[in-house]
Amino acid sequence: MEQLALFFALLFLTVLGFILGKGRAVALSGHSDQPLHSRLPYYGLYTALWCGLPSLIIMAGWMIFEPQIAEMLVASQLRDSNASITPDQLSLYINDVVNLASGGILSREPDAALLSAADNYSLFRQISYFAMAVVAIAFSLLALFTSLKKINPALRARNQVEKVVSIIMMISSLIAILTTVGIVFSLIFETLRFFDKVPFFDFLFGTHWSPQTALRSDQVGGSGSFGAIPLFAGTMLITFICMVVAIPVGLLSAIYMSEYAGKKFRAFAKPVLEVLAGIPTVVYGFFAALTVAPFFRESGTLLGLSVSSESALAAGMVMGIMIIPFISSLSDDVMNSVPQSLRDASYAMGATKSETITKVIIPAALPGIVGAVLLAMSRAIGETMIVVMAAGLAANLTANPLEAVTTVTVQIVTLLVGDQEFDSAKTLAAFALGLLLFVVTLVMNVVALRVVRKYREKYD
Amino acid sequence: MTDNTPHLKVNPALLKRRNAAEKRFRFYGLAAVMTAVLVLCLLLTSIISKGYTAFQQTYILVDIRLDAETIDPKGTKRVEDLAAASYRGLLRSALREQFPGVEGRKAKRALYGIVASGAEFDVRDAVLNNPKLVGTTATIAVKSSDDVDSFYKGYIPRDVPESNRKVKDRELVWLDTLSADDRIVKQFNVDFFTHGDSREPEEAGILGAVIGSLYTLAITLALCFPIGVLTAIYLEEFAPTNKWTDLIEVNINNLAAVPSIVFGLLGLAIFLNFMGLPRSAPIVGGMVLALMTLPTIIIASRAALKAVPPSIREAALGIGASRMQTVFHHVLPLAMPGILTGTILGMAQALGETAPLLMIGMVAFIADIPGSMSDAATVLPVQIYLWADSPERGFVEKTSAAIMILLAFLVVMNAIAVILRKRFERRW
Repeated sequence: MEQLALFFALLFLTVLGFILGKGRAVALSGHSDQPLHSRLPYYGLYTALWCGLPSLIIMAGWMIFEPQIAEMLVASQLRDSNASITPDQLSLYINDVVNLASGGILSREPDAALLSAADNYSLFRQISYFAMAVVAIAFSLLALFTSLKKINPALRARNQVEKVVSIIMMISSLIAILTTVGIVFSLIFETLRFFDKVPFFDFLFGTHWSPQTALRSDQVGGSGSFGAIPLFAGTMLITFICMVVAIPVGLLSAIYMSEYAGKKFRAFAKPVLEVLAGIPTVVYGFFAALTVAPFFRESGTLLGLSVSSESALAAGMVMGIMIIPFISSLSDDVMNSVPQSLRDASYAMGATKSETITKVIIPAALPGIVGAVLLAMSRAIGETMIVVMAAGLAANLTANPLEAVTTVTVQIVTLLVGDQEFDSAKTLAAFALGLLLFVVTLVMNVVALRVVRKYREKYD
Repeated sequence: MTDNTPHLKVNPALLKRRNAAEKRFRFYGLAAVMTAVLVLCLLLTSIISKGYTAFQQTYILVDIRLDAETIDPKGTKRVEDLAAASYRGLLRSALREQFPGVEGRKAKRALYGIVASGAEFDVRDAVLNNPKLVGTTATIAVKSSDDVDSFYKGYIPRDVPESNRKVKDRELVWLDTLSADDRIVKQFNVDFFTHGDSREPEEAGILGAVIGSLYTLAITLALCFPIGVLTAIYLEEFAPTNKWTDLIEVNINNLAAVPSIVFGLLGLAIFLNFMGLPRSAPIVGGMVLALMTLPTIIIASRAALKAVPPSIREAALGIGASRMQTVFHHVLPLAMPGILTGTILGMAQALGETAPLLMIGMVAFIADIPGSMSDAATVLPVQIYLWADSPERGFVEKTSAAIMILLAFLVVMNAIAVILRKRFERRW
């Protein structure tokens, strides 16, 4: 909240800078024989940028690094008084200090040392906040006066403003790259730590998955085994069921919509597919878990089959429904970009419409359709909520769609939801699975996008 | 003179077969589209039929003797004193008077169980609304427990054996007596819209989740709209074509297809563990969703900028505008409807997103309505997930109702996007 107040103060100074800068330019333009270089608002923007940007950067940097510095101070104090403390105890202690200072929940009764440490900590935070406010506002005011002084008819205000704006634009476009870098590094970093504890080949080729690690060293059982094959098998089974539903329905509806449907029918059916695509996955998950799965279980009982209430079939089919609009809109695009001349040629040979579609258009559009299917598949693999709600938790190695299986995404969620120690093998396993998921979907996407692009170039 | 034109020999049987195949194929296509339509209808009806009852709540009319001695022994009639009084005892003795035959602790507890655990607050609110009631015997509608509510909504059938029924025979007798007296009423469930989450289905509401969603989306919008638009402008109007910009482009396209849960892992590792931001807070959720929505907005904005014809740029440059002025004064305003449409669609996507928020701890049970962006909060889809996981019968209808609310928000957002596109879209 205090930071917000400072932020608004800086914002106010920025607006003030704009008004003053522009006012100064107006005054100059009144009684100066030299015409101004730029249009009036640029002088305002010039001062505003000087007032706001540097101090906002100072503030942001301060806010990022200050908590770490404060914790380091607490840690060094503690090490001075108690040299034998282990790093784990230290981090727990620091946590307690921070929580005590901010009114959170403690893991122990506060004693005098803890209280004084917390006092020191909050005192430091307070001093630091005031220091930050003073520095930022002083800098802003200083920038305001110097930049106002600098305004004269020869100042190339527009060029300078534009330079800053273009730098801001470049930084924004870097954020996309930074996101990817952040994903890759955070995943790889944690995954390497995971492979310190669990051998790489045990993870990739092990057939037994039960991530329960013992909480205490004297506990029996639950040593944790991290063989991910059952997860891959489960993911593939559900993805397979999903594609069995989505490919025919999606492709046939794309064909019907692009080749047969009249204008009126399209106007009705296209929005329906778009709605299907816009429904949040958690809604599909609810539908799968509460409507489709019980339906399958009961019809299974009628037929004398034992269907698990968390069957792969229910999750996979509902996921297939979710993917239908994906496949249909992508392959609709692809088929529409097959040149009309190919169709005309086929009709001229006397082919019927369906013959033209199956023998000319689909073969011509095949690379694009394959790309669409690949994209849809990567989406199905990465889909989380439907399987979290409708698929099972137990890692069964089975190909029977009526049984419960679990998937990579389900395990990521179950491993990470809830409070655990962050560096147990259990939580780190989630990052290893995440990296795997990321790599697999990335490869599929890159291949798919390349195929689609190649295909487009062929007909453009 | 010889006729060289080859004669088309039509084989009628073959033609018939081919035409039949044509018809079949066409039918398959129609069937596929109809499957999609049918499934959508099925989905919506299943949710609406499960959820519409949540907007009503069963109340029981109880005659309560609002004893002045217990409520307001000093006779101050001040609001604080009235609010601080204990109404549980009054409500319980009123129930005992209603059914004088109930003896024994177990039976009494069952009797108290037909009203909600928070029913005493209904009595308190009635007294606070009308302090004159103190000292009289008033008929006050108190909330029934979720089992009784489910029973009157028909989710607990009467003809099931007692051991499998949550409302036991004894309670049925009481309820039938109450019904015969016209003491069971159904009212619009206001609490569903004004309460936060609760462990009791009859007390649970979605306001906390809606506010949490609003905060989260506000952060998302504040981050990804400026960054997305600036990136799009840079890539579309200024960036030189070289390997670097190629890399950025490929990157953005790939980010758009990264599974959303991976963004959650990123948020957990970077925002929570590395930067030490608070768990479960809308500010972190907003940042994660912003990274996830960014590609959508960039791609949509680039398409909108691309659609502005070059003649606009040439005209502006021709009269001496700088490239920056050309873009910000002329191209961007013309592209704005398209950009806004894309942004709204991106926001709709962010509103429905659940998985990444599970990773950063927005699944905690939070009964309070969040007051700021750094308070622990949950969002609508996560609330749906939490309720869907709850075993109580009463939560099924709450879940469906929350889904209806979520879908209503999405419909409104999409409608705005469509209207924007229809009204401001220009064909050049």
